[in-house]
Amino acid sequence: MSHSLTSPAAGSTASAPALEIRGLGKSFPIGGLFSRGSVRALHGVDLTLGRGEIVALVGESGSGKSTLARCVARLEKPSSGAILIEGVDILKRDRFQASRAFRSQLQMVFQDPFGSLNPAHRIEHFLRRSLAIHGKGGGSGEEAQRRLEELMTTVGLQADMLNSYPHELSGGQRQRVAIARALAVEPQVILADEPTSMLDVSVRIGVLNLMRKLRDEQGISMLYITHDLASARYLADRTAVMFAGELVEEGESLDLLSNPAHPYTQLLVSAVPDPARAGSYDPVRRAELRQAVMASTQCAYDGDPNQACSAQEPVRHQVGDPENRHWVRCHLYQPWAGADGHALAGEPAQPNLPASNAKEKASA
Amino acid sequence: MTISQVSFGSHEPVLDVKNLTVKYIGDTRSTTAVDRVSFSIGTGEVFGLAGESGCGKSTIANSIMRLLKDPAKIAGGSISFGGKDVLAMSAEELRRFRWQDVAMVFQSAMNSLNPVLTIGEQIVDIFTTHAGYSRKESLRRAGELLELVRIDPARLKSYPHQLSGGMRQRAVIAMAVALKPSLLILDEPTTALDVVVQQEIMAQIKELQRELGFSVLFITHDMSLMVELSHRMAVMYGGRIVETAKAQDVYATPRHPYTQALMGAFPPLTGPRIPLTGLPDGVKFRNIPDLSEAAPGHFVAPVGADASVIDSANLAGAAR
Ligand SMILES: Nc1ncnc2c1ncn2[C@@H]1O[C@H](COP(=O)(O)OP(=O)(O)OP(=O)(O)O)[C@@H](O)[C@H]1O
Ligand SMILES: Nc1ncnc2c1ncn2[C@@H]1O[C@H](COP(=O)(O)OP(=O)(O)OP(=O)(O)O)[C@@H](O)[C@H]1O
Ligand SMILES: [Mg+2]
Ligand SMILES: [Mg+2]
Repeated sequence: MSHSLTSPAAGSTASAPALEIRGLGKSFPIGGLFSRGSVRALHGVDLTLGRGEIVALVGESGSGKSTLARCVARLEKPSSGAILIEGVDILKRDRFQASRAFRSQLQMVFQDPFGSLNPAHRIEHFLRRSLAIHGKGGGSGEEAQRRLEELMTTVGLQADMLNSYPHELSGGQRQRVAIARALAVEPQVILADEPTSMLDVSVRIGVLNLMRKLRDEQGISMLYITHDLASARYLADRTAVMFAGELVEEGESLDLLSNPAHPYTQLLVSAVPDPARAGSYDPVRRAELRQAVMASTQCAYDGDPNQACSAQEPVRHQVGDPENRHWVRCHLYQPWAGADGHALAGEPAQPNLPASNAKEKASA
Repeated sequence: MTISQVSFGSHEPVLDVKNLTVKYIGDTRSTTAVDRVSFSIGTGEVFGLAGESGCGKSTIANSIMRLLKDPAKIAGGSISFGGKDVLAMSAEELRRFRWQDVAMVFQSAMNSLNPVLTIGEQIVDIFTTHAGYSRKESLRRAGELLELVRIDPARLKSYPHQLSGGMRQRAVIAMAVALKPSLLILDEPTTALDVVVQQEIMAQIKELQRELGFSVLFITHDMSLMVELSHRMAVMYGGRIVETAKAQDVYATPRHPYTQALMGAFPPLTGPRIPLTGLPDGVKFRNIPDLSEAAPGHFVAPVGADASVIDSANLAGAAR
């Protein structure tokens, strides 16, 4: 398997990337006790996070994004693959999992702020514990208190909320506590699963700016899972797109979102709500596109990126300028279609856009 | 014209909230979470509620559902539903009111399913208890509902922890529309949904809504989605409504500086990356006055000479 397109950070720095995921797979059994069905949540996922890099992970609901993060955080045992943090395979270090060292290296912000804060504790408890993991502020002195208050302020919360219990906080306030809790540790890697979904845009921008600042100042690497494409574009250096348990496209964020090559990415970009075209949603057309996308993604093959793609063996294609490290894995992608690569290719891309696609393209 | 007279539907308002004030009275912290809030929703109308995180949106929704618990106190105002006083309903009346008249998708939806029952059992339960359908009929309808929210009916056998965050959210949406309530309250129903699924589900809800004529109270931070789906909307800040009008009017001409900051803080999907700020540091609105009609049907809390803004020097930045 070729990693040349997915792990450039490994080549560009002498030291190992902050996080490297290789061929990650995970299946879950579904149904009742005696059912034999299984869900393939992840399949052959390769993803690299360079040091100080922010990578956004976007994709379908149920496509495996949280599972990926949970595997890295060792809350789920992968069925196959390797996960390296700073070059060390964490799956091979059994007792490492629960250790303080691991938690000080990697922190996760969970998707559900209503399920992830123990209701029995006050907010202060969560933050103090994080400071203790970091080796700061374990004590009760003024310095620790000052640090706690500072943490609250950085996420736009009032310090008097330190005494509150989680149930006394609104959804967005809980989310910010969860973020502050992860930041307080000052880990090398943060896995943030939809950390700002319940924040109003004005507060959200503040939090995104804060994350960027931490990256710039402390070199924290971050996997930012989100459904908000605009915020992915705003914050992340690179964006990776997940569909049905596989990564189907990845690239420099601005380039990927302006030249989406995979039909699913194109569908996603075209569906971003836009008040300027209220009422233009056409369920029939959408269903057709979706059908086309579903049919086109049984991409079980991976191989030589220079090879032409066929329906039998979809391979990775480089999209546009190599500098953007933008690749797509799909047999519908035709490199020679050039700039028209971002036509919504329900059908194989054509040099001239069919009229019915023009609207979608304009909104993309 | 008063605010409650401006509603989309031609009929009596389904829901009429007047001067609602809710306080949380704690040992350490007492908050007036909702402060003299008034709005009404007409039959068949989609009413959007946006605002600052922590400004009291969920508290309003919980008040309508009569789900507030200690230490919350409704300190004033009234809520009427179809002409009935919600705050005076008996336990028996509430039981019917909650599922059949009004259904709600909680902001905590992902965390609100019963962990020891399968999704199927939970949906079937609603049908057998509240609609009196047979088990078989209930199961058939449960499968249909899952399809409506784009989940494979095979997942009826799944337990909540076996579903992704967005799937759980969708299952809860399915349960809320199960009994075809006359008012549907959606509190951030799509935070875990990708935009494609989100759009499909909201289109489904909108279609159901047109067909059955129910009303929707739609709470979200996603202003684009809100403007696309709502007939009218209100923007809240610090427990108060600061602006309310037709959604398209709020989008085209946001008048309150907070609304303007909300509309201006969208990172764009095209063009270069430009650093954005939300409300500039120091801008806080206090003592927000009552709404006044700035244009026909467009109500705004005046901002001005009085002390409603701390550090108004920064306000120019807030207004884009
Ligand atoms: N513990 C589990 N048991 C069985 N199936 C599971 C389990 N956890 C996840 N799955 C399944 O794995 C798939 C991927 O789920 P995951 O939570 O990773 O999706 P996601 O991309 O985070 O979606 P969302 O955006 O909706 O949160 C889904 O089909 C889900 O039902
Ligand atoms: N049980 C409680 N005890 C004390 N204060 C509370 C309680 N519940 C909510 N609050 C406070 O009331 C205010 C309003 O909360 P609410 O949940 O209504 O906000 P919201 O507008 O829904 O915010 P978000 O968008 O973040 O969900 C918040 O400041 C919150 O901290
Ligand atoms: Mg998830
Ligand atoms: Mg809320």
